[in-house]
Amino acid sequence: MRTLHKFHGGVHPPDHKTESNRLPIAAAPLPQRLIVPLRQHIGTPATPIVKVGDPVLKGQMIGAADDFISAAVHAPTSGIVSAIEIHAVPHPSSLPDLCITIESDGEERWIERQPLDYQTADPDAVRARLRDAGIVGLGGAVFPTHVKLSPGQRKIKTLILNGAECEPWITSDDLLMRERAAEIVAGIKIMAHLIQPEEVLIGIEDNKPEAIAAMRAACQGTNFEVVTVPVLYPSGGEKQLIKMLTGKEVPSGQRTVNIGVLCSNTGTAYTMHRAVDHGEPVISRIVTVTGNVAKPQNFEALLGTPLSELVQLAGGAKSDTSHYLIGGPMMGFGLNYLEAPLTKATNCLIAVSPALFPPKPTAMPCIRCTQCAQACPCNLQPQELFWFSQSKNFDKARAYNLFDCIECGCCDYVCPSHIPLVSFFRFAKSEIATQDREIMAAEQAKQRFEFKQMREEREKAEKAARMAEKTAAARAAAAANPDDPIAAAKKAAIQAAVERAKAKKAEAVAALSPSPQPSPTRGEGANEKGACSDLTAPKNNTDPS
Amino acid sequence: MSSPHVLTPGSSVSTIMLLVLAALLPAIAVYYFYFGPGILISLVLASVTALVAEAAMLRLRNYPIKYFLTDGSAVLTAWLLALSIPPLAPWWLIVVGTTFAIIVAKHLYGGLGNNLFNPAMVGFAVLMISFPSYMTQWTAPLLLSHHPVGFSETLQYYFSGTLQGVKLDAVTMATPLDAMKTRLNLQHTMSEVNNMPIFGMFGGKGTEAIAAMYLLGGLFLWQRRIITWHMPVSFLVALALIATLFNGIDPNRYAPPMFHLFTGGAMLCAFFIATDYVTSPTTPLGKLIFGASAGLLVYIIRVFGGYPDGIAFAILIMNAAVPLIDAYTQPRVFGHDSRTKP
Amino acid sequence: MLSAILVMILLGVVLGAVLGYASIKFRVEGNPLVEKVESTLPQTQCGQCGFAGCRPYAEAVAAGEAEINQCVPGGNNVAKHLAELLGVEYKPVGGEENFDHKPKMVAFIDENTCIGCTACIKVCPVDAIVGATKLMHTILADPCTGCELCIPACPVDCITMIPVKENVATWKRQFPIFELKKVA
Repeated sequence: MRTLHKFHGGVHPPDHKTESNRLPIAAAPLPQRLIVPLRQHIGTPATPIVKVGDPVLKGQMIGAADDFISAAVHAPTSGIVSAIEIHAVPHPSSLPDLCITIESDGEERWIERQPLDYQTADPDAVRARLRDAGIVGLGGAVFPTHVKLSPGQRKIKTLILNGAECEPWITSDDLLMRERAAEIVAGIKIMAHLIQPEEVLIGIEDNKPEAIAAMRAACQGTNFEVVTVPVLYPSGGEKQLIKMLTGKEVPSGQRTVNIGVLCSNTGTAYTMHRAVDHGEPVISRIVTVTGNVAKPQNFEALLGTPLSELVQLAGGAKSDTSHYLIGGPMMGFGLNYLEAPLTKATNCLIAVSPALFPPKPTAMPCIRCTQCAQACPCNLQPQELFWFSQSKNFDKARAYNLFDCIECGCCDYVCPSHIPLVSFFRFAKSEIATQDREIMAAEQAKQRFEFKQMREEREKAEKAARMAEKTAAARAAAAANPDDPIAAAKKAAIQAAVERAKAKKAEAVAALSPSPQPSPTRGEGANEKGACSDLTAPKNNTDPS
Repeated sequence: MSSPHVLTPGSSVSTIMLLVLAALLPAIAVYYFYFGPGILISLVLASVTALVAEAAMLRLRNYPIKYFLTDGSAVLTAWLLALSIPPLAPWWLIVVGTTFAIIVAKHLYGGLGNNLFNPAMVGFAVLMISFPSYMTQWTAPLLLSHHPVGFSETLQYYFSGTLQGVKLDAVTMATPLDAMKTRLNLQHTMSEVNNMPIFGMFGGKGTEAIAAMYLLGGLFLWQRRIITWHMPVSFLVALALIATLFNGIDPNRYAPPMFHLFTGGAMLCAFFIATDYVTSPTTPLGKLIFGASAGLLVYIIRVFGGYPDGIAFAILIMNAAVPLIDAYTQPRVFGHDSRTKP
Repeated sequence: MLSAILVMILLGVVLGAVLGYASIKFRVEGNPLVEKVESTLPQTQCGQCGFAGCRPYAEAVAAGEAEINQCVPGGNNVAKHLAELLGVEYKPVGGEENFDHKPKMVAFIDENTCIGCTACIKVCPVDAIVGATKLMHTILADPCTGCELCIPACPVDCITMIPVKENVATWKRQFPIFELKKVA
């Protein structure tokens, strides 16, 4: 038996898993219209590569990943692209985002699917396949998986599969592990092949005995180890699970690869198996629809399915439903509209009623009881961070490691004063990020301004040089024609003036510097500086001249 | 609409305050048993005064009165003060102390959660400095008294200031701590002092039983996770250690550690006063430092200072140091190598 | 008497040497205050402070020749920072306590009206306008600081300021509503 390590704090909210985990995963029917957001992952949004009116096949790429940290999106079914426009998406801001709308033709015609033999293929080809299949971490952070599986030169000792699913209400990973353990293990094999870890651990909370049994059975014949972890929210947090299984802490601000660990969600392993062994990109996912609905259940639905249809599938929301949650009650966000589509990140949809989720009582002042500090899995002092965030003392908040907060909600959960602590931390983080952006913008503006000033100086100098050249040419012409008495007189006068100026300059130079050399290269030096300034121009600069 | 969307069921400020009040009940019962009904009158007077003062201040400061009045914090302050002062005192003594505690120590500093000093201890210190004679007249334990004071007599004394037919001296006695100090100053040896009738097993008769009940209540709070072990343990250990040290040096001049733990307000302080959330450090190490320093200060004031007991002043001094302690004892955050620097 | 004089002289020499050494060793190039002041300014280079850019204003502020509350784009935030930095009394911008950040704006050229005169290109302090003579100009929204200097320069009034819309990527969290006094 593996010795488990402890992380600080944690809470035990009622888990409400049995509502939705008693029925098997049901396939959701094909919707009439699918709305596919281009930003379904962390990083650069995908770029649309289809036009309105284009016919598309099921699984055809419609948004390409142009950047390294990006992932492609695909048509979930065959049909016609009817719009590429701003549409409601599930996002905590309730702001809309760019989506591609597809009218389904009902035929479900697949694009040609090409399995890839990862054993023989180049690892980079496998990673490219992951990127082009739109594989992202399905645990919630939706970080592109090909980036995660590119640890570079660093040796990965431990690969951890996260099947903890510690959030209350959510059962999508549980059901996936129960029903499709073999496919998950096939996906883990691909991951293991890519990064060659010394050990592979699958962490599952011990309130999922069926999933544990199924995964253990599927792991027969491999060296993968299923480890049960005690129920304690947030054991499914990446850093917390790594700490529990390996005893190592991910250093602040660093990635897990720095301590030789990679952590991935079991659902991601499943999609990897589909993408590599079957050539199917991510076009569907398992989503738990639960809470205040008639028949809570898990559904396998196409990405882009409007959330309202999912609620209908679960028997519809009961009449006292006030709004919905995307994700679990500890870390998910509230949503007032159901036009938004299912995305890769949407693992759970909860209908909220005041009976199931009593509204928060009005907050009292902080009484410094330190319940939050005792519950914090990061060993932060939320009461201090709250104080600094509330008074907008952001430097102090940062110094007290605000950015180590994982926003798990434990502090809010235990606060007897019902202070929305995490909201304050999110506010402070967002404010600091904005300030940093503004400082960067100011710096950029300053560089551009200074560059413009320098350019204007240079142009002035060049103009002066051109004028001087012209005069010199005229002078040369006059010299070639010495008969001209006026020119000769002029020349003499100029010559005299030049001599005087030279003498004065020499005097000044002699007075200033001990070196007697009158430095004839001075002017050229200035020119050189001006000439090479284009090369030393600030970055990100498009000189319009 | 920001997460999390769930709360610990039933958790609130008033729940915590009610649990602390409940943890005081056994001690109050024993108090009543040993010292008569004075404590009940004093508790009622203090509670009513605290609620009136709190309501007035909330009204002046434009806060929702009902919402805050029911949080129980004012009543807790009142009870802690009432349990710290003599149970037989004129009515205005407890009224003045409570009013000062609520108005000056609590609300002028910003109300619940913002006060720097423990309100009950501020009230106690004010009374101790202003009315020292009333603050040292403790009722004798009923078992020792020639004239046990009944309920109506106590009430009468509270409001008229006199006792019918009896002199006040007949019903009051010096507290064990006071007696110990006076006698030791008169060059009596420890064994002589211990033979006085007011002394029981460890501490004073009666007071040691009350102290045991405070300990019981404190353990209940610890078990309910209202308080952590840090503050009481460090306070009591520090107090016991320094008492052991001096007792070892000269057992005839210095009382044994058990005496210090079970007399005066030591147990009340360890579990109910030092652990006051608002005025104590929030970090585990800070709690240890706070508790230990308060324990040492209590001993120093008791043995070498001018007052019989040092709880209030020790706590007030340490209260002032709390921001500093907090700043320098930030724990190591997950993924960091060392403690957070201030 | 003599020894006292000697001691005083010796002291003088030693201290003088220390001071002389320190003045060489810890010499500060330029005025560091100007840099600090400048780094708090938003660098819009708009000239609304009455100076020809952020740097001249920073120099004037550091020299005590300008008030701290003249930076309009920076708003009261910058005024507060400057007051703290210079240890002077805080004054709100324009005498208004509520004068805060204006919402971030960028200039926008109505391309149907633009005559391609390049007047705006010349005044843009950050080269955020692209175009050439007799060709339509356009504004690069990213480097545009919203300084509004191009608006008076345009002879046909084809430039307007439009607020930058928040999107999913730039969305900022609001201060949590935490109003105790509302309970009553």
